Amino acid sequence: MESKRVLSIRDLEISFKTTDALVRAIRGVRLDLFQGETLAIVGESGSGKSVSVKAIMGILSSNGSIDAGKILYTDPETGEEFSIVDMSQREIRSKISGQRIAMIFQDPMTSLDPTMTIGKQIMEGMRYHYQVPVQEARRKAQELLELVGIDNSAKRMKQYPNQLSGGMRQRVVIAIALACDPQILICDEPTTALDVTVQSKILELIQSIQKEKNLSVIYITHDLGVVAKVADYVAVMYAGRIIEKGSVEEVFYDPRHPYTWGLLSSIPDLNLEEEELYSIPGNPINLALPFQGDPFAPRNRYALNIDFEQEPPLFSAGGKHRVASWLMDPRSPKVERPASLERRLKEMREEIGRNE
Amino acid sequence: MSSPLLEVKNLKQHFRINRRFTTKAVDGISFTVERGQTFGLVGESGSGKSTTGRSIIRLYTPTSGEIFFDGHLISGHLNAATRRLVRSNIQMVFQDPMASLNPRKTVLETVSEGLMNLHPELTAVERKVKVCRVLEQVGLSADFVNRYPHQFSGGQRQRIGLARALIMEPQLIIADEPISALDVSIQAQVVNLLKRIQKDLGITMIFIAHDLSMVRYISDRIGVMHLGHIVEIGDRNEIFAHPIHPYTISLLSAIPQPNPILEKKRRSLGYLYRQSGIDYTLGEYHKVSSTHEVLATSLEFEKWSAGDYTDTLSESHNVDSLKTESV
Ligand SMILES: Nc1ncnc2c1ncn2[C@@H]1O[C@H](COP(=O)(O)OP(=O)(O)OP(=O)(O)O)[C@@H](O)[C@H]1O
Ligand SMILES: Nc1ncnc2c1ncn2[C@@H]1O[C@H](COP(=O)(O)OP(=O)(O)OP(=O)(O)O)[C@@H](O)[C@H]1O
Ligand SMILES: [Mg+2]
Ligand SMILES: [Mg+2]
Repeated sequence: MESKRVLSIRDLEISFKTTDALVRAIRGVRLDLFQGETLAIVGESGSGKSVSVKAIMGILSSNGSIDAGKILYTDPETGEEFSIVDMSQREIRSKISGQRIAMIFQDPMTSLDPTMTIGKQIMEGMRYHYQVPVQEARRKAQELLELVGIDNSAKRMKQYPNQLSGGMRQRVVIAIALACDPQILICDEPTTALDVTVQSKILELIQSIQKEKNLSVIYITHDLGVVAKVADYVAVMYAGRIIEKGSVEEVFYDPRHPYTWGLLSSIPDLNLEEEELYSIPGNPINLALPFQGDPFAPRNRYALNIDFEQEPPLFSAGGKHRVASWLMDPRSPKVERPASLERRLKEMREEIGRNE
Repeated sequence: MSSPLLEVKNLKQHFRINRRFTTKAVDGISFTVERGQTFGLVGESGSGKSTTGRSIIRLYTPTSGEIFFDGHLISGHLNAATRRLVRSNIQMVFQDPMASLNPRKTVLETVSEGLMNLHPELTAVERKVKVCRVLEQVGLSADFVNRYPHQFSGGQRQRIGLARALIMEPQLIIADEPISALDVSIQAQVVNLLKRIQKDLGITMIFIAHDLSMVRYISDRIGVMHLGHIVEIGDRNEIFAHPIHPYTISLLSAIPQPNPILEKKRRSLGYLYRQSGIDYTLGEYHKVSSTHEVLATSLEFEKWSAGDYTDTLSESHNVDSLKTESV
């Protein structure tokens, strides 16, 4: 059965005005999300992951603007289609955000109100969108707190955000997001503040809710282990573009873009004693300054001459795998992945064999 | 032999919520950090890691216990001299970058703030030069000095916090989750940077983190916290190669590996704290080796040393255990 497409982003461009310059943060992003599936967005810090999903929620900062492109949301139940770019913030708030698409933010403190008890904050959405009676909302809020693993829920309901640890705040934010039974859940670094045991429980919790409700999930994360655990598809971003995407198997076992190679090489290997960790040389480009060609070229030891002149289009690597690198052009010289990465990929495949 | 730079003895930090309810955030922990070394603090969310850091820099007045910095008691009443000792020598990088950055201050103002207080003799130009240098050290462009916090990505903000601490050239840095918001390549860059700065300047560090693979990489010694107690402490390789406490074991088993086919099938070991009836206040520290200790009763220590984890570890924890377990 073809699953339904719930979200489709086409050729999105977003820029921000700052006092010194115009920052071209998103430069042509194209993405699809299907019902019940999980997409992970990974990539460079500052590459535009959060900005992309904020655009979906209609909550860009006031100095930002969508210069081109489309964001289409289709309600999987009613088939109703919404063009988010054309909606006012108010329309988005009443029809989309919270009830249909919920988001968990990277920085829990920015989404929690320090002057309101956490109980009240969890109940707020249910009261606003569905007019749930107070008693019932309170009961459901308490259940949600227990569900995300915060016990003493009756007492916790009365506490304020600054009385909770970082990880507990994050779990409160997750409870708020789940309170209105959304169809799409967007998680921006949902578990970076959590220890790995709680993290794996939260991820498994989201997975089970996902199965039960056929929820679609977008994860933004830097933890490639988390991506491996939860994602069906993965998109890798660099400097405002998706530079590689595909099924998680395609991208993790057969990465094609040199930036992805660098990213995978930077993960510390638990089996090795390394003197120094690998990190991609150079610094990210400043998107407020004009540049020519592929913004990754100056840091890319595999860059070709054309990389300094023209940005590569997305080439197909078979299946769902797409790569924005001139190395994929049939006219380009063939290059090998770095030997150390090749060794790691081989180890990964062997490990699967051992566990069969 | 020189004395350790930091010595924490039986530190307790309790928060009174109301007449009947007190949170024992830190409930009697002890550890020492040698000069130039890195002590990694890992553990459950809410186990008291940040509180420990905050008590050391004296954002709180410890409920009981003692903290010595460079031989000086800094946990008691703060007079002008001890306050200056703490302020000028210990810096903390906070976990929640947005909450700790003033939204109305530019990067230049934020990063140079501490310098203004401690080194009023510096000129504006000298300050700016220092700020630009430290920004580049943490991998941020010096062009960013006039921007405000909301104009940065999460990872960029995190590095502003790091720059603000580094510029003070402290003897001890307490880094609370300094890298969790960064992409892996920049994580590697920051960790390499911290290691290098540490070597060059002899800085001592407490590194609080959830990413155990990074903690292993950067730490000399590691303490594992659960519910306000350090349940296991040892040299990093002892903790990784020979964990004894069931919580440590469950923590290590939960590290997700970037191997999709494997990771989707793998289940980690759950720590059955509640069912097990373990009471940390009844335990004492048992030596596994001269550098490796575990908090346990004699009976528990005997069982765990023999590899017996019935009632304490469960195969495949699942969502049900999330509801019943204390997490
Ligand atoms: N309000 C703003 N004004 C100016 N620039 C901005 C603004 N918001 C974001 N940016 C810039 O847009 C770029 C993308 O930011 P975004 O927050 O999407 O990054 P990210 O990929 O989520 O990074 P991270 O992994 O560090 O969270 C960054 O270079 C950031 O500095
Ligand atoms: N100012 C405070 N008032 C009341 N309770 C507090 C305060 N600060 C922390 N706590 C409580 O102390 C406990 C430990 O919190 P702490 O922030 O030290 O945890 P942590 O180990 O850093 O967790 P995380 O990994 O989630 O950041 C938690 O139960 C928290 O709710
Ligand atoms: Mg982000
Ligand atoms: Mg903390």
